[in-house]
Amino acid sequence: MNGVHDMGGMHDMRPVQYEENEPVFHEQWESRAFALMRAMRAWRKWTGDAFRHQRELIPPAEYLRMSYYEQWIAGLVELLVKTGLVTRAEVESGEPTPNSPKAIPPLTADNLAPLIAHGTPASRDVPVVPRFKVGQRVRPRNMHPVGHTRLPRYVRAKLGKIERDHGVFVFPDTNAHFLGEKPQHVYSVRFAARELWGEQAARHDAVYLDLWDDYLEPA
Amino acid sequence: MENSCTGCDSLGESQIRIGRTHEVRGVVDRAALDALIDTYEHKVGPRNGARVIARAWVDPAFKQRLLTDATAAISELGYSGHQGEHMVVVENTPKLHNLVVCTLCSCYPWPVLGLPPVWYKSAPYRSRAVIDPRGVLCEFGLELPEDVEVRVWDSTAELRYLVLPERPTGSEELSEEALAALVTRDAMIGVAKIAPPGEGSRA
Repeated sequence: MNGVHDMGGMHDMRPVQYEENEPVFHEQWESRAFALMRAMRAWRKWTGDAFRHQRELIPPAEYLRMSYYEQWIAGLVELLVKTGLVTRAEVESGEPTPNSPKAIPPLTADNLAPLIAHGTPASRDVPVVPRFKVGQRVRPRNMHPVGHTRLPRYVRAKLGKIERDHGVFVFPDTNAHFLGEKPQHVYSVRFAARELWGEQAARHDAVYLDLWDDYLEPA
Repeated sequence: MENSCTGCDSLGESQIRIGRTHEVRGVVDRAALDALIDTYEHKVGPRNGARVIARAWVDPAFKQRLLTDATAAISELGYSGHQGEHMVVVENTPKLHNLVVCTLCSCYPWPVLGLPPVWYKSAPYRSRAVIDPRGVLCEFGLELPEDVEVRVWDSTAELRYLVLPERPTGSEELSEEALAALVTRDAMIGVAKIAPPGEGSRA
């Protein structure tokens, strides 16, 4: 979706605010928000792509006003209710519905370390024929899907070159919407800075993005 | 300030309510939450990445493996997993400077750098790193000559990027451990260079 989260190239967001000796979390509630999200994911009720998209659905003015972990909480509440892990009434009251069944949490302090160490690979070991070769010139489609996509606006319809084939990965555009993994090749694509931004960009500079096969057309 | 917010109190309360409901319902385990927080506050962070960089500086064969298959090479040092499943390492040289951003969100290589700082996730950095990388670098105190190519890696897919900074001059005699102590988080994102020994640099 052409949301405010797709920020590449926007102006007037003010200078970067750097904090010396920044703590990992600024407030205890941030660490709790982070941990709750990670622990809930272990239920496998939604994908990481779905969580990202849920945050993209926060209305633009609110998205810009919220801090990062506020966005997490907002996205998490929607997914919890949508997938039935808790009801909205339970979120609001903080009390479980009387006589609701007691579940067994999939994530415990004991199985945490191996789960973190293994991660959740998005690559898939399936034979998929790549549509493009290293060195080939490509152009991301001029597409504007209303759902989740990892194709930022600023590279659509711009000329690029395939630098590397990373192999086969789950396709977020379908996976975020529970429409299947649709595994396909992801390529590192180089765009000259001047192709993206015109003469104001430095002559030799470049921007690299990893783009899925479905985003690209031969140029 | 990016991190300040008027709604924090009510949000803090709402997540406490969610947390309590979940613990009672058995949806989450309190000890698992504490262990998660402890992991990312104390065990996983940029010191991991610094060890990877120092090893690459002293061991040419490791550096070669790191640039060819970063995920496997990094796991040799025991670092792997969530948000580092598919790693790429890009090398700075006197004529090439790499900078990492995620314009869509906050993608960042957790096993080697930990959780990202607020500025990395903020609108100013995400919006400008791709259109004006040299301006952003200037704000970080790094001015690059025109003949140095700046490569921006917008990590919007599943690959996670770590910059292999240039080894500073005057560090020839240092041990691997002493080299690791020179490596900063910012240099591994690409918003800084590594200062020669004794000159110091932030984060």
